[in-house]
Amino acid sequence: MNMNYTAEELAFRDEVRAFLDEKLPADIAAKVKAFRPLTKDDHQRWQKILSAQGWYATHWPEEYGGVSWSPVQKHIWDEESSRYGVPRSVPFGVNMVAPVIIKFGNEEQKRTYLPRILSGEDWWCQGYSEPGAGSDLASLKTRAVRDGDHYIVNGQKTWTTLGQHANMIFCLVRTNTEVKAQEGISFLLIDMDAPGITVRPIITLDGEHEVNEVFFEDVKVPVENLVGEEDKGWTYAKFLLTYERTGLAGIGLSKAALAHLKQLASRRLKNGRPLIENTTFSQRIAKVEIDLTAAGISNLRIIASVEGGGVPGAESSMLKVKGTEIRQSINDLARRAIGPYALPFVEEELADGFDGEYLSDEHAAPLSAHYFNNRKLSIFGGSNEIQKNIVSKMILGL
Amino acid sequence: MDFRLNEEQQMLQDTVARLVRGEYSFEKRLEFSETEAGFSEAFWGQLSELGLTAVPFSEELGGFGGGGVEVQSVMTELGRGLCLEPYLQSVILGGGLIAQAGSDSQQEQWLGGIASGELKAAVALQEPQSFYDLNDVATRAEKSGDGYVLNGRKAVVIAGHCADLILVSARTSGDTREADGISLFALSPDTDGVERRTYPTIDGSKGCDITLNNVQVGADALLGEEGKAADVIEYQSGRAIAALCAEAVGVMEVANELTLDYLKQRKQFGVPIGKFQVLQHRMVDMMSELEQARSMAILAASVADIEQSDERRRILSAAKNVIGRSGQFISENGIQSHGGIGMTWEYNFAHYAKRLITINHQLGDDDFHLERYANLLQVG
Ligand SMILES: Cc1cc2nc3c(=O)[nH]c(=O)nc-3n(C[C@H](O)[C@H](O)[C@H](O)COP(=O)(O)OP(=O)(O)OC[C@H]3O[C@@H](n4cnc5c(N)ncnc54)[C@H](O)[C@@H]3O)c2cc1C
Repeated sequence: MNMNYTAEELAFRDEVRAFLDEKLPADIAAKVKAFRPLTKDDHQRWQKILSAQGWYATHWPEEYGGVSWSPVQKHIWDEESSRYGVPRSVPFGVNMVAPVIIKFGNEEQKRTYLPRILSGEDWWCQGYSEPGAGSDLASLKTRAVRDGDHYIVNGQKTWTTLGQHANMIFCLVRTNTEVKAQEGISFLLIDMDAPGITVRPIITLDGEHEVNEVFFEDVKVPVENLVGEEDKGWTYAKFLLTYERTGLAGIGLSKAALAHLKQLASRRLKNGRPLIENTTFSQRIAKVEIDLTAAGISNLRIIASVEGGGVPGAESSMLKVKGTEIRQSINDLARRAIGPYALPFVEEELADGFDGEYLSDEHAAPLSAHYFNNRKLSIFGGSNEIQKNIVSKMILGL
Repeated sequence: MDFRLNEEQQMLQDTVARLVRGEYSFEKRLEFSETEAGFSEAFWGQLSELGLTAVPFSEELGGFGGGGVEVQSVMTELGRGLCLEPYLQSVILGGGLIAQAGSDSQQEQWLGGIASGELKAAVALQEPQSFYDLNDVATRAEKSGDGYVLNGRKAVVIAGHCADLILVSARTSGDTREADGISLFALSPDTDGVERRTYPTIDGSKGCDITLNNVQVGADALLGEEGKAADVIEYQSGRAIAALCAEAVGVMEVANELTLDYLKQRKQFGVPIGKFQVLQHRMVDMMSELEQARSMAILAASVADIEQSDERRRILSAAKNVIGRSGQFISENGIQSHGGIGMTWEYNFAHYAKRLITINHQLGDDDFHLERYANLLQVG
């Protein structure tokens, strides 16, 4: 049993820290740490810095411009970047469609799309879910009908995260209605500027515009935009899901959120004393910190087994459930910590360049909205109920 | 033993229910929320015309002389509609403070207007440092001539932005957090030195923070005995807690109805999602949380207007603790059972979910009341 980093791993951690000390823009880090919304420009600025360092594509082989970090190195990156307030890379291009293209795409597709992802030229979004196909993704109905050297696409995608910024969308579409649901699905890359595509915002309960509906009306998509084989899209999607699920536990993010919470509770007052000295509240913090410690070790156990050549299985589903519950508890406590100030919703304080006087303090403004927004953690990426179904089937054999 | 409403109480509740159903569709509520007032003046007018703003006041004031149960009937229905009007602030709290502490002439001056809805009051009892402790008052009122000069800051005054009269707690003696030395003043918001910073709240309502900068008031602004307002404030907050619990029950009822409907309608994997046992059990838990909440709202209403005692304090804290917890349970599990749709602005469920969380941030959250209850715990 050895739970320590090797000398090389420690050296890597120092390298990461030196890089972040030097290159991470302070304004972006401050927003991330305070749970303030990021702009498209914030994402792109940071993406360019990461790309220049060669650290943007951590899931790609080196020949395509990726960096081949070990699972432990990826973990170190995750921990450090959470601690520093590094914005999460918008995953749809670099961590989702790219691994599919690398594994199943043709040479032409690799040549066309991978460099544009690395350079930030393309912004991808994910077109899987539909109004009628959420947890039951295989029931999707968006149709692609072959017509000469094009597919004609008709249908609707929904919940498309940051689709308003995207110029490319990867979609699961139905190309065959004669076979079992899973067997008639194809994986298509679609230009968002194509005629017939309409993007409509969905505003979430916190007032944010983060997700969208995307409508397709007789959209012509060249056949060369099909990834792999027709009707085999479900296999590619399942391959991609394994990428989506790892990291959804968000252990690093929870650690950062917990540190934020403890600072917050040290500043806010109850009975004239810092809230963190109040037994009821400090016990709530202690409980979530203890849970997080345990989940952190579970996470390391999975990482160590992958480092040793294992494949993460249903354990990552279990960790996704625990991890998201923990993060939601921390968000709940942060909202509780501001007491009556959980009610005011002063949106201008969240805007870029706000230089007025904060109503409460600069940290209070986003906390309620952030709590509500993060209810999504247990819904997307496979809802927590679906994850439990996986565990009970795969591990328990029930 | 009989938990049913009597005929008059049932008629009262039906009247409010009918009005809310007719006038407060979800779409209209969104519109009301976006207006400058943040609620519907027209609906407020209708509440007043039907005598509903007068419910808790005496018959001379045009009221019903209604007690906890009557208020509960009104508030539950307003909760079902997620109504934004300042009933709790003006009628229950404002009216209650004046009725309990005000002199005859002050009651004459203001209560008629509050009961008829023509005058809207708001209460400024919290401060930036006070958390939920209403005795944590740093705002000072110094004697000056035959009146007072007020300085300080009051926090999160719901409906304060549109109030005609603001009831402010300020310290005439003693140290911050001492019960003794707190006084109540009735101010017009137009008084020199009163500054309001208005904002929307996350649940679709509006409020403000108030800065008092050398605000000069006459002796007639003092409500009740100088330095002795803590008990009055505690008593009236207790009435407001009972009313807020009743509102919460209305909110929870609709949240559960919407969730149950959705479980029956939404199909995934070829069946209504309500066929999945995990969602069935969760829906059952949401129901039994609502029943716990309903029982406590009834109990709270039964003590709202009785003489103050530790037993009354315990019951009100217990009720607010249960409401806080069950509200959060229904809010979070309701969103989860809906999936993505439960998080959208365009669908009414999300707004019910938000209100259930903010109710826990008004008049003390579940932790605050747990501590209060623990301090009053009775042995034997
Ligand atoms: C903020 C946000 C961002 C998103 N971003 C994207 C995106 O970029 N691209 C994209 O394609 N999708 C995205 N999604 C969609 C997301 O993947 C779906 O919301 C998710 O798959 C759940 O589907 P649903 O919302 O339709 O809920 P439903 O599937 O209708 O589920 C409703 C409830 O039923 C439960 N349930 C369903 N089936 C079962 C079962 N068999 N057993 C037990 N319980 C069950 C669910 O767990 C849930 O509690 C996003 C969602 C959100 C909220």
